[in-house]
Amino acid sequence: MSFLGKITMDSLPHDPIILTTLCVVGVIGIVVAYLVIRNNLLGVLWRDWLTSVDHKRLGIMYIVLALVMLIRGFADAIMMRTQLALATNGDPGYLPPHHYDQIFTAHGVIMIIFMAMPFMIGLMNIVLPLQIGARDVAFPFLNNLSFWLAVSGAILVNISLGLGEFAKTGWVAYPPLAGLEFSPGVGVDYYIWALQISGIGTTLTAVNFLATVFKMRAPGMKLMDMPIFTWTCTWANILIAASFPILTAVLAMLTLDRYLDFHFFTNEAGGNSMMYINLFWAWGHPEVYILVLPAFGVFSEIISTFTGKRLFGYKSMVWATASIAVLGFVVWLHHFFTMGSSANVNAFFGIMTMIIAVPTGVKLFNWLFTMYRGRLRITVPVLWSLGFMVTFTIGGMTGVLLAVPGADYVLHNSLFLIAHFHNTIIGGAVFGYLAGFAFWFPKAMGFHLNENWGRAAFWCWLVGFFMAFMPLYVLGFLGMTRRLNHTDNPDWNIWLYIAAFGAGIILVGIICQFVQLYVSFRDRKDNLDTTGDPWNGHTLEWSTASPPQFYNFAELPTVSDIDAFTDMKEKGQAYQRKATYAPIHMPKNTMAGIVIGGFITAFGFAMIWHIWWLAIAGLLGAFVSFVMRAYTKDVDYYVQPDEVAHIENEFLDNVAKG
Amino acid sequence: MSTTRMNTHDAHDAGAHEEHHDTGGNTVFGFWIYLMTDCLLFASIFATYAVLFMNTAGGVSGKDIFELDFVLVETAALLVSSITYGFAMICAHNNNRKGTLSWLLVTFVLGAIFIAMEIYEFHHLIVNGHGPDSSAFLSAFFTLVGTHGLHVTAGLIWMLIMMIEVARTGLTGRSITRLSCLSLFWHFLDVVWICVFTVVYLMGAV
Repeated sequence: MSFLGKITMDSLPHDPIILTTLCVVGVIGIVVAYLVIRNNLLGVLWRDWLTSVDHKRLGIMYIVLALVMLIRGFADAIMMRTQLALATNGDPGYLPPHHYDQIFTAHGVIMIIFMAMPFMIGLMNIVLPLQIGARDVAFPFLNNLSFWLAVSGAILVNISLGLGEFAKTGWVAYPPLAGLEFSPGVGVDYYIWALQISGIGTTLTAVNFLATVFKMRAPGMKLMDMPIFTWTCTWANILIAASFPILTAVLAMLTLDRYLDFHFFTNEAGGNSMMYINLFWAWGHPEVYILVLPAFGVFSEIISTFTGKRLFGYKSMVWATASIAVLGFVVWLHHFFTMGSSANVNAFFGIMTMIIAVPTGVKLFNWLFTMYRGRLRITVPVLWSLGFMVTFTIGGMTGVLLAVPGADYVLHNSLFLIAHFHNTIIGGAVFGYLAGFAFWFPKAMGFHLNENWGRAAFWCWLVGFFMAFMPLYVLGFLGMTRRLNHTDNPDWNIWLYIAAFGAGIILVGIICQFVQLYVSFRDRKDNLDTTGDPWNGHTLEWSTASPPQFYNFAELPTVSDIDAFTDMKEKGQAYQRKATYAPIHMPKNTMAGIVIGGFITAFGFAMIWHIWWLAIAGLLGAFVSFVMRAYTKDVDYYVQPDEVAHIENEFLDNVAKG
Repeated sequence: MSTTRMNTHDAHDAGAHEEHHDTGGNTVFGFWIYLMTDCLLFASIFATYAVLFMNTAGGVSGKDIFELDFVLVETAALLVSSITYGFAMICAHNNNRKGTLSWLLVTFVLGAIFIAMEIYEFHHLIVNGHGPDSSAFLSAFFTLVGTHGLHVTAGLIWMLIMMIEVARTGLTGRSITRLSCLSLFWHFLDVVWICVFTVVYLMGAV
């Protein structure tokens, strides 16, 4: 074994598209680095952000990660759509199969694991501790470490762009295709280690937030008093804790197959590749509910806030969430009805799948009844919510159609399926995150987002979505299967052109989103949120300043209602000035998380390229850093009452001024 | 923003806050949730073993290679180590540093015996040509038993670190919390081993 493992000159990129991308990314990186250094922000970045254990800052960093990866994932998407629009009638297009296959794999992995998950976890980080009236999560350092493990996975995926290759297997990486025999390169290894490392980070996040909601709610807040977003996140966290270990196990087995010649999923020596597919979806199906449940919570908060009403059917909402979470574990087989299970097995999983439509319907009617006779203020978050209700309902119905095993035999692996899951994930999860982004942005950042650019982004997304994905339903019925590199069927062409045009409109939507960020940041002084309660909110996060005081609450609030802050405002207990404050115990920032993340990244990279000395060094470094962190004495401090009084008075003065 | 100000504060005595906050209870609860995720990791590997254990690919099956007497001794070592860890915890709660250290040492030795025997068994199988690359059954067997073994090894390293901590700083609130977490971990591994012993060895040998 050489010093650099399997890395050779051939591992460097040759493709002009990739080289151009790398140059652009390199230039952007240099510009960002230059701006940071010129404005003397390096110290601030390190002290206040990268090493921060504050859940609000970690949440913002998660969302930054999600937005960066959104660009990467969307670049893959638009390349696929343009390739398919060009490569008709036997034309090979501009992306050769070995590159195209990496693109659709990377698109799936990035959008689910490195865009949607960080976005969801970011919103949860910012909002959940505030909603339950806590000063932070149960384990602030662990929260920071989880973030850096997610970043570590994202870094590995992005390195694969410039060094070696990414998996050419599709985002599910089914063996035997993903086995050593048919994928001898490093692509699948990038896939394995990126998912493994970020997955462990996600599991730790769930452990952290479950301990937080069960142990750190404000005095008086019973479980059935928790805000609905907190509830949906809690169910998502239960799902993470129950399903991500399965992913960890199945990836470990695939790793053993590839590295040590084990025979879990190989064709020979008794391996059973269907076992991989079962385990993968035993994680993968709950995963889609992990993505969408918090989005449901976001819509619930937004609809009730902007109608100025209490959420209709709070209890049924909690129980509907619970049913979806539990049922989510007994439907995994519908991803492979065509495996050849008996008709009864398929029927069971088909029926369980259809039953999920019931609690989902309960939710939808709850939102409609909340709006009924309310005065809905049509803001950007509300636009996303309304767009979601229409879009997601269509996606849900095509899902029920696919749940019929007989229909699935026809539509399995066709573009109908692709249309269906984009319909639910974009229309459900992504719209939800963008709604939550617009809703909580003033809370997290202290200034408002520009409304006009937000509306433009929404309409482009919505119209673009329908233009890009409705044609795929048609193409599915016309018999076009997924993951085709080029086609030769004149009947398909027009639909492929429309879909590519739709993707272009989504691109405009994404550009509007970034322009909105830029314009809002530029004009932030004119759009400050001084009261901390811009929407007349219901829950405790709106009782803090925008951005919230770093200790969240000067005094832990006492809760006696689901809409705790509305209750306080009605009783005249909100914004009370205290004569004295107690000292507040806070954790100190630490560089341990980023250091451990760095070592783990080196370890993952070394495992991918078989650089054994670096793998050992990375693992050892992570272990030693962890033990050193465990024996660091200087981990916390007290905020003194005079400083708390100063911050609180400043905030209350601003509130009084309006 | 406000954090810049927050960093200028002086640190307070790290030990003084323990009476104000029940952070130890949260830690043990959080660790328990982690153990549940670990439990599902094992469940996945068990499920795989159950699917693959008959796929011997013409090679040996459990009946041919399991030596129950040997595994029984191994099992006894691990089960007794759970009891001795319990003694260590009793001593810790009685603030008996010496007793805690002695029982931790006994537990460590028993755990090390278990691991040594497992390594011997694996080595024995591999040199006889029954390595994990021979069949799906052996892959699943090595992975299931080996994952448990890796956990026990991690537990041993943790125990070593805790012995150093207790020897150097005594039984503080922090070390009691950590010993409680390790205690949960150690007993959990015992329960997992009982399942391994039953499902893999007993059911495989008959």
